[in-house]
Amino acid sequence: MVQTTSRSSFLRLGKDPIQTFLYLAGGALLLYVLVVALGNVAAGRYGLRDFLQGIVLGLAQGSIYALIALGYTLVYGVLRMINFAHSEVFMAGAYIGFFAINAFSQTPESGGPSFLEQNTVLALLLTIIVGMTASSIIAVLLERIAYRPLRRAPRLVSLITAIGVSITLQQLFLRLFGGGTRSYPVVNLCFEPLQVPDQVDRVCGTAMNLLQGRYRLPIGEQEIIVRPLYFIVFAIALVLMTTMWFIVQRTKVGKAMRAVAEDKNTASLMGINVDRIIVVTFLLGATLAGAAAVMFAVYNPQVTPFMGFFPGVKAFTAAVLGGIGNIPGAMAGGLLLGIIESAAPGMLGIPSQLEDVVAFSVLVLIMIFRPSGIFGEALTKSRA
Amino acid sequence: MLRTISRKALVILALVALVVLPTMAQEDLIVVEAGDDVVIGLAAVLSGEGLAPIGEDIVRGAELALVVRPTVTVGEVEFNVVFDVQDDLCSAEGGQAVGNYFAAQPAVIGVVGPTCSSACNAASTIFDQAGMASISASCTSPVLAQDFETFSRTVPSDAAQGADAAIFIFDYLGLSRIATIHDGSAYGEGLVNVLTEAFTALGGEVVAADAVTVGDTDFRSTLDGIAAGAPELIFFGGFPAEAARLAEQRADAGLGEVIFMGADGIKTTEFISLAGEVAEGVYISSPAAASTDAAAEFLAAYVEEFGIEPTGPYNTNTADAVNMFLDAIEAVGVINDDGNLEISRAALLEYLLAYGSEEPVDGITGVLSCNGDGECLAPLISFAIVEGGEFVTLEDVNVMDMEEETEEETEE
Repeated sequence: MVQTTSRSSFLRLGKDPIQTFLYLAGGALLLYVLVVALGNVAAGRYGLRDFLQGIVLGLAQGSIYALIALGYTLVYGVLRMINFAHSEVFMAGAYIGFFAINAFSQTPESGGPSFLEQNTVLALLLTIIVGMTASSIIAVLLERIAYRPLRRAPRLVSLITAIGVSITLQQLFLRLFGGGTRSYPVVNLCFEPLQVPDQVDRVCGTAMNLLQGRYRLPIGEQEIIVRPLYFIVFAIALVLMTTMWFIVQRTKVGKAMRAVAEDKNTASLMGINVDRIIVVTFLLGATLAGAAAVMFAVYNPQVTPFMGFFPGVKAFTAAVLGGIGNIPGAMAGGLLLGIIESAAPGMLGIPSQLEDVVAFSVLVLIMIFRPSGIFGEALTKSRA
Repeated sequence: MLRTISRKALVILALVALVVLPTMAQEDLIVVEAGDDVVIGLAAVLSGEGLAPIGEDIVRGAELALVVRPTVTVGEVEFNVVFDVQDDLCSAEGGQAVGNYFAAQPAVIGVVGPTCSSACNAASTIFDQAGMASISASCTSPVLAQDFETFSRTVPSDAAQGADAAIFIFDYLGLSRIATIHDGSAYGEGLVNVLTEAFTALGGEVVAADAVTVGDTDFRSTLDGIAAGAPELIFFGGFPAEAARLAEQRADAGLGEVIFMGADGIKTTEFISLAGEVAEGVYISSPAAASTDAAAEFLAAYVEEFGIEPTGPYNTNTADAVNMFLDAIEAVGVINDDGNLEISRAALLEYLLAYGSEEPVDGITGVLSCNGDGECLAPLISFAIVEGGEFVTLEDVNVMDMEEETEEETEE
């Protein structure tokens, strides 16, 4: 309660001169971006085809951001704490998932195809489950060892602990498994019912290669290149996120989570085991991060102890973008960020090295015009 | 209250002094007591995405140099030589950290390394202040040798590699439309700049140029932007992790048939293992070892000692750098009255900068003859293609001949 009041009074304090300046600066930036983008479109440097390709390319990346962002949002919603170690929970999922998929891809001694080649779908599902489990175990341990003892400490303490835990996990994986990059094996998955006779795949022939295939899709006179994988990642993410939303909004545990988010003390008076609910919160977030990690590594097949940093920062941005603590906000924020990142540099005609600048500029703009994110802050409706 | 604050301030001041003072001035005279080991600093990248194998290869090259020549003898007294190995992280921050670390070690004679140009750039700023000599076996950014007093290298600068790569693309591959991508590192950007200039001068066209962020993994939108220019070849200045993803994802942007080319930064087994199938057909330029007996012997010894093929391209360059230091210690070191070894940093540096300038020294990589600025190895660039998961050197490429041809053509 104390924090909420002090923050809003801080905002009110800065309202007059600083806020005006920020509004003007933000407005100018928006106007500039709009003029440049329209200029590029008018000059024919950027068209519908580029935009559609941008959206398609941003879809998978954005879905992964959204999944990770949910972990930040859930923990923040319940504990009012930013779990900076979440990016390492993600990394752990990808790493342990690697060991699973690597084992599946070994050719048996008797010869013949590996388990991964024979039962691709099952092997991938198992890998995702392994990744989810690994991430959850790490997150639950983390909560138990690092965060629970600090539950009553000032919030800054747990924030710094989170950063410490993040570095510890990175270094732990670095020492355990070495600094080298590992690659997920290339997985082909042929889908016989879908035939693409005019674009023959190297492995699957005319059948659609769901994971590795690249297909040309005509857009007017031009064409975009699409991988079915983008849509698979998007679909899986959507299913997982909807499940999560359902758990939080429609189940008893979810109700308890929302109660704890609202007021820990009152919730415990109502007979809710707060510690257990917090563990569940970490668990749910980590499960999504684990699934995201395995999909991320199938999509961008390289795994290192430091791989969590970029997606982690982006996902955190996505969470803030959508309104931290807000579940639909995190989903929308993730997708939005993914698409902005891939579409904006081309639209503005700037080097794609600056895609992060674009992403964070969007964050700054949102923070100026809507400090609590697009969808507003809070896990529960009553708070929003 | 006042007292506690002032005590705290004192402690902080003392700590700051501890960190800052040694870097500001290093004693000119290094004294190694009889019976002690001579310490040479070795800064190499030992962690990081796709980079560790390059650094590990450098460390192996240095160790092997010591297997061959484990001691230095000054005035009939023998001293053991050991390395102080530090990780330079292949970044400016890492270079600064190793720079400060070594500058604060009074016993360190000089430093072999760092590995990456951005680390060399940061470390050399500190080494220049401290008067600490460094010889890099792999920092190829053109500006380094001119910018720093204490910097030498046993690898040709990218001024040569970039120019030769341009000739290779234009004449050997016969392509005139290329796209360039770099990773924003001192090495990658420097190399791409040299290449762009040389390629344009030859009459080729750079149809698209972009840069990527190190550590990022999704470059599809970058590649989609490049595809608009319809290049015939994509040249990447950077390191294995990003190169592998670019090579793989270029198919996602419809550039699957376009040739991918990189430079010495990706000439490591790590690139092939990261890129897998898409590594096939990738062209790579790199500073080459002269095909001498010494190089062949060194390679055989390497395989025997460590049980693996070299994981990076710089092991011979590193051995040359170590040998330069050993020669320098023997040349400028003196035994004082107490029987201890004394080495003057200024004299050491002077010796190194003039190493082989009067009478070139046959190194393992090639002929070593420093030009006074710190460039010690004559440029010899070779080209390779990845075939069957291995780097196959293109023996029929002779850039020197092509250069002459091009000159003749322009004269005509």
